[in-house]
Amino acid sequence: MTDTAAPHRHVPDRLQSRATRVFRSWEALLLAVAIAIFVVNSFASPYFLNAWNLSDATFNFTEKAMIAFAMALLIIAGEIDLSVASIIALASTAMGLAVQYGAGTPELVVIGLMVGLLCGAFNAVFVTVLGLPSIVVTIGTMSLFRGISFIILGDDAFRGYPASFSWFGQGYIWWVFTVEMALFALIAVIYGVLLHKTNFGRAVYAIGNNPTGALFSGIRVQRVKFILFLLTGLMSGVAAICLTSRLGSTRPSIATGMELEVVTMVVLGGVNILGGSGSIPGVVIAAFVMGLVTFGLGLLNVPGIVMSIFIGLLLIGVIALPRLWTMVANRRSA
Amino acid sequence: MSERAPPAIAPVVSMDAITKTFPGVRALDQVRLDLYPGQVTALVGENGAGKSTTVKILTGIYHPDGGTIRIDDAPVTFAGPNDASAAGITAIHQETVLFDELSVAENIFIGHAPRTRLGLIDRAAMHRDAAALLAEIGAPFGTHTPLRDLGIANKHLVAIARALSVDARVVIMDEPTAALSHKEIEELYELVETLKSQGKAILFISHKFDEIFRIADRFTVFRDGAFVADGMIADITEDALVSMMVGRSVNQIFPARSALVGEDVLQVVGYDHPTEFADIGFTLRRGEILGFYGLVGAGRSEFMQSLFGITKPSKGVCKINGRISVIRSPADAVAAGIVYVPEDRGKQGAIIGLPIFQNITLPSLGRTSRSGFLKLAEEFRLAREYAERLDLRAASLDQDVGNLSGGNQQKVVIAKWLATQPQVIILDEPTKGIDIGSKAAVHDFMAELAAQGLSVIMVSSEIPEVIGMSDRVIVMRDGRIAAELSGDALTPETLVRHAAGITAAPELQEA
Repeated sequence: MTDTAAPHRHVPDRLQSRATRVFRSWEALLLAVAIAIFVVNSFASPYFLNAWNLSDATFNFTEKAMIAFAMALLIIAGEIDLSVASIIALASTAMGLAVQYGAGTPELVVIGLMVGLLCGAFNAVFVTVLGLPSIVVTIGTMSLFRGISFIILGDDAFRGYPASFSWFGQGYIWWVFTVEMALFALIAVIYGVLLHKTNFGRAVYAIGNNPTGALFSGIRVQRVKFILFLLTGLMSGVAAICLTSRLGSTRPSIATGMELEVVTMVVLGGVNILGGSGSIPGVVIAAFVMGLVTFGLGLLNVPGIVMSIFIGLLLIGVIALPRLWTMVANRRSA
Repeated sequence: MSERAPPAIAPVVSMDAITKTFPGVRALDQVRLDLYPGQVTALVGENGAGKSTTVKILTGIYHPDGGTIRIDDAPVTFAGPNDASAAGITAIHQETVLFDELSVAENIFIGHAPRTRLGLIDRAAMHRDAAALLAEIGAPFGTHTPLRDLGIANKHLVAIARALSVDARVVIMDEPTAALSHKEIEELYELVETLKSQGKAILFISHKFDEIFRIADRFTVFRDGAFVADGMIADITEDALVSMMVGRSVNQIFPARSALVGEDVLQVVGYDHPTEFADIGFTLRRGEILGFYGLVGAGRSEFMQSLFGITKPSKGVCKINGRISVIRSPADAVAAGIVYVPEDRGKQGAIIGLPIFQNITLPSLGRTSRSGFLKLAEEFRLAREYAERLDLRAASLDQDVGNLSGGNQQKVVIAKWLATQPQVIILDEPTKGIDIGSKAAVHDFMAELAAQGLSVIMVSSEIPEVIGMSDRVIVMRDGRIAAELSGDALTPETLVRHAAGITAAPELQEA
């Protein structure tokens, strides 16, 4: 260390070029899967390659993906929020209730977003202030939030949303491009930049890999986690607006089971369920894969239950393959 | 003293010429240890002297590379802990290995419960036998009590009852009083007397000299993995025992330093914590290396982590350059110019899974970014600057820090903090578990940092390091400052005396 005469050891910045890293990434594999599904679908059904049909198909994933982007950050940071579908139910119920008191579209949007934020804050307080495990807290709030919707609505449904409110879930920006698609793209870009290009995103990765180490490095771990729960709640509010607008009514059973589809999308996108790694481009491709599979099987009149079997197999297969591959490789070299 | 005292009775267990090597370290080199029935033998030595390794060999967890263990003069080998236990050797550890969800009786008899003729556990017999054992040691609780309802002292009693239930002939007590209150310690002493009267051989490991002289009959001293001496406690003084422990050989080479100590940088006044430390106050000057010495559990790391904002002190003031700093989190500490290199490198130091450059820039992102947006080129520039300064050995800067050796991970953690341009750097056991060469490099680097005007706090349990590197040393004992030593007063003997609480000289008799 005192050998000032010797030149300093040179350590290169990177060993692999950018192209190599992209080519070897999970996202590249997933993109190949997406293209393969697209091609198979094009041959399997004559109705697949139709711009309007494809446009309709995007509704299969746009709302879920909006939540999935925020959920991706949360899971990378080592936490999870299983209450997102119930937040949609509660936000939708609150909007439906407001309609009964004559609220217009701007008020509904504000209410939807606020309920989402409040639910996110509720989860965040239990996880970051009281230090409880997020999986337990959000299983609890999953029942709690939807339970409140059931109490308010019972067997009823709220209808009578203003005509202008239908723009979010039924409107088109241009030609076949829906408002939801535009929102999906915008949110994808925002979260992509947040995770990959900011100090905040770096803190998310640091926390996910080693929360103690991140704390000992001067990261405000609980503050970052609090913000992530707020963002996930907010995105659930956005999804609630889109879904309510598209359906035109609110029932307490709205979006039931969506939390698992959101988590599936995130994990399929290459996010480590234990935290620490993953990317937004991966989640974007995973959203398309899930949308294409659902749509393709729908065109072939495959019943919904078989579709969920297929999604389940896809998830397990895509996750197990790389692991199997390394096991086989290790056995050969051993 | 190295002559073996002529035993009036034959030892139960006799370890001779035991050697154990781990990669890069000779933990035990030809040591010997005899345990006699009805007597307490104290095993004495500094951290790293080989006491724990010896216990693990005696209980069958480690296999010695060489030497013999004899029980009743017959050589034995232990294939595993079960063999040691069958031979009548049982250990009561600092953290007792018991089962919180089971009852006291189940804990005592797990693995060897009395059986009925059908092979089922005879619960009536188990509780009856357990009750008899508990009565024997005067335990104030019933056999049906769930273990989780008991305090640490009572859990120790369960562990002792368990030791008695297997009809142990040798009981190893590894720092049994570390977590006990004064009254509980007295009760433990009585129990030790009971065990002695039953003819058990007891191996007692403790850093506390008052305990050793109170209950031990014999002593054995190890130093740096080697046998130094053994004999009867009655024949020896505390002073003689201390000098055998620390030896005279401070033969490592430390960098020569001319202390250019400047103005006060850090002032700590009255730091208190409900359980870990009390009334800590000191001043640190620019360019100074201040050593913190003490036994494990003296509260040094706990205090340092409090200064760094991890745990909240109940009261206390911290001033940096004369101005009061309120530190509630590590982020506050870093902003105030105090950084901490933790002892637990893998968990608290490096963020394994992130590349080297991201580890280095993590606390400095404010400087390498613009309005919260990352600037990778700036990050690589900063990371490269400090990686080169510390002579980091790595394939590339975007390599996962987890693929580096321990010494190089430590360099990444230090680089991370130097990049924040701190005022005060706290190094907690900076050379623990790294090889001699890297140690010397860390020592040189510390001297260099101090020469450049950084103030260094070094927590260390290695006496040569503390003496070789520090301008001043604060000794902590039981969460308090026991002494502040420098110059001629800074010797291995004074360090050990203050750390262990040996009150020989009158000026040491403080609270």
